[in-house]
Amino acid sequence: MSNVPSDLKYTKTHEWLRTLPDGTVEVGITDHAQHALGDLVFVEVPEAGRTLAAGEPFAVVESVKAASDVYSPIAGEVIAGNPALAAEPEAINSDAYGKGWLMRLRPAAAAAPQLLAPKDYEKLVVEEGS
Amino acid sequence: MAFIPHTREDVESMLAAIGVERIERLFDEIPASLRLAGLAGVPEAMNEMEVGRLMTERARLDGRPLCFIGAGAYEHHIPAAVWAIATRGEFYSAYTPYQAEASQGTLQLLYEYQTMMASLTGMEVSNASLYDGASAVGEACLMAVRANRRSRSRRILVPTTVHPHYRATARAVAGNQGLVFEELPYCTEEGCIPAGALERYDGQDITALVIQQPNFFGRLEDVDALCDWARARNILVVAVVNPTSLALLTPPGQWGAKGADIAVGDGQPLGVPLSSGGPYFGFMTARMEHVRQLPGRIVGRTLDAAGRPGFTLTLQAREQHIRRAKATSNICTNQGLLVTAAAVYLSLMGPVGLERVAAASHARARELVDALTRVPGVRRLLRGPVFHEAVIGLDRPVAPVLQKMTARGILAGLDLAEHYPELGPALLVCATETKTTADIERYASALAECLREARAA
Amino acid sequence: MSTRLEKPIFEYSVPGRGAEDQWPRDPGPAATDDLPATLRRSTRPLLPEVSELEAVRHFTRLSQLNFSIDTHFYPLGSCTMKYNPKACNSFAMLPEFLARHPLSPESVGQGFLACLYELQEMLKAVTGMQAVALSPMAGAQGEFAGVAMIRAYHRARGDLERNEIIVPEAAHGTNPATATMCGCVVREVPVNAEGDVDLEALKTVVGPKTAGIMLTNPSTLGVFERRIEEVARTVHAAGGLLYYDGANLNAILGKVRPGDMGFDVIHVNLHKTFSTPHGGGGPGAGPVGVSARLAPFLPVPIVGRRGEQYCWLTERDLPQSIGRLSGFMGNAGVLLRAYVYMRLLGREGMARVSEYATLNANYLLAQLTRAGFDAAYPSRRASHELIITLKRQAKELGVTAMDFAKRLLDHGMHAPTTYFPLLVPECLLIEPTETESKAALDAFVAAMAEILAEAAQEPERLTSAPHTMPVRRLDDVRAAKQLDLTWKPTVAHAIPTTA
Repeated sequence: MSNVPSDLKYTKTHEWLRTLPDGTVEVGITDHAQHALGDLVFVEVPEAGRTLAAGEPFAVVESVKAASDVYSPIAGEVIAGNPALAAEPEAINSDAYGKGWLMRLRPAAAAAPQLLAPKDYEKLVVEEGS
Repeated sequence: MAFIPHTREDVESMLAAIGVERIERLFDEIPASLRLAGLAGVPEAMNEMEVGRLMTERARLDGRPLCFIGAGAYEHHIPAAVWAIATRGEFYSAYTPYQAEASQGTLQLLYEYQTMMASLTGMEVSNASLYDGASAVGEACLMAVRANRRSRSRRILVPTTVHPHYRATARAVAGNQGLVFEELPYCTEEGCIPAGALERYDGQDITALVIQQPNFFGRLEDVDALCDWARARNILVVAVVNPTSLALLTPPGQWGAKGADIAVGDGQPLGVPLSSGGPYFGFMTARMEHVRQLPGRIVGRTLDAAGRPGFTLTLQAREQHIRRAKATSNICTNQGLLVTAAAVYLSLMGPVGLERVAAASHARARELVDALTRVPGVRRLLRGPVFHEAVIGLDRPVAPVLQKMTARGILAGLDLAEHYPELGPALLVCATETKTTADIERYASALAECLREARAA
Repeated sequence: MSTRLEKPIFEYSVPGRGAEDQWPRDPGPAATDDLPATLRRSTRPLLPEVSELEAVRHFTRLSQLNFSIDTHFYPLGSCTMKYNPKACNSFAMLPEFLARHPLSPESVGQGFLACLYELQEMLKAVTGMQAVALSPMAGAQGEFAGVAMIRAYHRARGDLERNEIIVPEAAHGTNPATATMCGCVVREVPVNAEGDVDLEALKTVVGPKTAGIMLTNPSTLGVFERRIEEVARTVHAAGGLLYYDGANLNAILGKVRPGDMGFDVIHVNLHKTFSTPHGGGGPGAGPVGVSARLAPFLPVPIVGRRGEQYCWLTERDLPQSIGRLSGFMGNAGVLLRAYVYMRLLGREGMARVSEYATLNANYLLAQLTRAGFDAAYPSRRASHELIITLKRQAKELGVTAMDFAKRLLDHGMHAPTTYFPLLVPECLLIEPTETESKAALDAFVAAMAEILAEAAQEPERLTSAPHTMPVRRLDDVRAAKQLDLTWKPTVAHAIPTTA
C-alpha cells in the first residue's frame, strides 16, 4: 500500500503539492510514482525564474527502465529546483515527500488548481493497480 | 533455396501439433482479396555456385583502377586480422547487446572503442557509433540544439568548406525540426573560413558552429580562433574531423582555450574498406556535460551481482524504446560491425602506427601535389597547409580530362565543378600510404599526356 | 562460449610494443614539417600498444563471450535473427567491390550498380511499390525517410496543416521518435482485445491535420491486422497516407504485399527479412518503397538506367527529393549482401520464408501452450512471431519475464524480446525464424517447461539467473549513476582469476 500523506494535494499524473506558510508551494512526485519508476538514476529540475503553466512539464525523472516527465500541478514561477537531487536522485525513492521535493513555486495570482484530495488520490492508485 | 531445415516428417508432425492440415491454413486471417498469386518480378533461384559466378563477373566489370579520390572516403591499408575478427560469427551474427550477460564480448569491445575514440578526439565521452559521418553531423546539430539551453534560435552556422554531402545530409536529417542552417562563405584564395567572417554574427543568437578539420579541400582551418570566437559567445562547437588526421593534428577537445563541445566524423579510414560508400560508421564524442544529450547507444562498465566488473548498455532512458516521441533520436542501431573493425584496427596501429599512417599519407599527398604541379597546365589552388588532400587547378575543363584518365585506369580525383564552380577547373586529389612513388609518377605522366591530347584536339 | 573474463586491451599495453608489420615506413619528421606547430597534437592518444597476436587473441576471446546466431538459438522477437548465409558476406567482399571508391565515375562500377538496380526491382516486386530508394542506413532511417516524404508530399500540395502522425499504442518506439524527428505530433490509437487497431477510435482521431499513420502488419502483437483495408480507407478518406513499418515483412513475404494492402510508403529492414548480418547492433539497411505519388520525394541517390548504362539519379533528377541521408550510398555493402540473398532465394524461396517462419511460430505457440504458458492472443494465429504473457506466473510464483529470459541464457539460448510490446504485461515476444529446425524449437520448449517447473520449486534459481554466463546479472542502476564510459589508466580493474 503506498504512502499518501493527508496534508498534501495530488494530481492524476502522480505529483504532490504542499502549500508552505508563506503561500509558496513545494512539488514532487508521489511515493506510488517513485515505486512504479524504480531506482531513480537521474533527475532534471527546473531553473529558478521559469514561469510554468498548469500541466506544463517542468522536470524529468529517469530510472534505468523509464523516463518520465513531471507536470506542474499549477501555474506559477519557479523559485528553486531541488539542488540536492543532481547528486542524490535516490532521495526521491527514499523520501518522496521530504528530501525528494522537485521544485518550489510561487503560484500565479489567478491559479485555481483542480487538485485531488488524499482520499481521491488513494482511490486512483488503487484503480490503476488493478 | 531458403535455408530451411525441415524434413517432410517435421512439417507433418508440426502441423498436427498446431491442428491444421496445411501450412497455407496458417495464413487464413489475411483477407483473401489481398493474397498474392506469385512474384513475377523476382527471378528464379540460383544456387551458391551460380550466384558466385555472377558476382565475380560483376566485380570484374568494376575492375580495380588506381584511385586518387578522397573527399570523405580514404583508401588505407587494412590488416588482414581486422576483417578476420570482424567477420567471426560471434560478432557478425549477434545483435544489439540487450542481454548483457550473453553479450559481454560486444559490450566490452564497444567500451574499448569508446575509450579510443574519446582519447583520439580529446573528449570525455563517446557513444557506440552512428550510421556515418554525414548523418552524424545532422545528429550533432540536433544534439547542439538540445544541449545549448541559452540559445533559442536553432540557427547553425555551417561553413561551405564542410563536405557538401555532409551539409546536404544535415539539412535532410535535422531540417524538419526547425533547424536553420546558415552557410558561411569561404575565402576562394585560401580555401578556409577567414577570421573576420564570423564578426557579422556578433551579438546574434546562434546555437552552434560547425567546423570541419581538415576541411573538404584538405585545408587546415584556424580552429583555435574559430572555436574561441564561438565558445566566448555561448555558441556550441561541432567539430567534424578525419580520425586519421588526429594522430597529427590538435584534437577537437583541445581547440582554442575551451575545446569543441561535440566531435563527429566518419570512421571509415579506421579499417573500413571503401566499398562504394558503406557500410561505414559515424563516431560521436562530447564533453561530459553533454552526455545525456548524446544520441545512440552508450556502453558503461558496472558490477555484477557477484561484485565483478561487467559491461552493459546504459543511459537507455534517452532512447526511443523508452522515451518514444521524446527520445534524443529515433536511432536504434549503431554500426557495430564496423566499430568492431575499427577497434581491431586501432589496436594494431596503436598511437605510433596511426601517426605513421597519417604522416606517410601526408607525405604521399605532398609528393603527389609536387609531381602534378610540375605538369604543364597544372597548378596548386587554395594555398596553405593541408592534410593528405589538396586542390589543383587545370588550364581546361576537368571532366573530359578525368574521362581520359579513367580510360587509362586512373581515378584522378574529384571534379569540383558541381559544388564549387567559382574555383574554375579544379580537382580535389588525395594520396594515402597505399600509394607508391611509381603510382604517383604514373598519374603525373598520364595527366601530362591527357592534357597534351586535349590541347592538341 | 567461454566464461573467462578478459581484461581491457589497454591493460595488455606496453609502451614501445606494436604490430609494426602493419605500419607504413616512417617518412621522417620532414614529411610533416609543413603542418603549422599551432595545429599539431601535443600528446599521443590512448590507444593500445600490443602485438598483433595479443590483439587477435584479445578480440577472439571477447567474441567467445557472445551469443550469436552462428552459435546459439536466438529467438529475439521483432529482430528476425535468421541464419546469415556465408555466401552473402563472401560475395559482397570481393576485392573489386571493397576497393571501389564511392565517388568513382559510373563507368567504373557497372557491376555494382547492376546489383543495386536489380535489388530495387526485386524490392518493388515483393512490396508492391512503384519505386524504391536504397540509401537509408537502418530501419529507423527508413522510417525517417518515409515520414519525411509524407510531409514533403502534403507540403508540395500546399496542405500545410497536416502534421499529425497516428501510431497504434503497441508500435515500436522508433515510430513516435521518428514522427518527432520529422517535426510531427504523435497521436496514439488504442488496440482492441484481439490485437487489431480500434477502428472506431481511429475514426475519431483522423482529420484535416492527419499527415499519416504508421503501421506494422503483422503488428507488433504478432498478429495480422485483419481490417487493414478499412484502416486504409479511413486514413485515405481523411487525406492521410499510410506508412508500412517493414519490421515484420518476414511474416508475409511472397504472400501479401503492403502495396496491395493500401500502403503508400514502406521501409524494409534488409537485416531482418533479407538476412544481412546484425553485426552486434548494425549495420542495417532500410530501403524505402513508395507509391507513384510519393516517388518524386524519394531520398537520393537512386540507381537509374540510361540506355544500357546504370547511373546515379541525384538531386538534379529529383528536385523535390527529401535529400541525402548519408554521405554516399547508404550501407552499400549491406545492399550487396541482401542482393545475393535474394538471388539465392529466388521467387519460390521468398514464399517459403514466410511459410516456414509462420509454421515455426505457430508450432512454438501450440507447444508452449501445452507446456502451460499463456498466449497473449489465444484466439489468434501467430504470425512469424508469438507473444506469451507470464502475468499469471509473476503473480503466483513471484518470477518475472526477465527472470525467465535470464534463465534461458543458462540453457544456451538467447532470450526472446522482453517487455515489448509494452501493452502485454510480463511478455516474451518470440520469433524463431524459418531457419530453425524442429529439433531446435523442441529444445526451446523443453527449456521453457523446465524453467517453469523450477519457478514453482526453486524460484530463486530464476531470480538470481543467469548462473553460467561470464557475468551474473549486472547492476544497471550503478551503471547509470556512476557513469564509467571509458577506461582510465588510474583506476584498478582487477578481474578475479577464474580456474
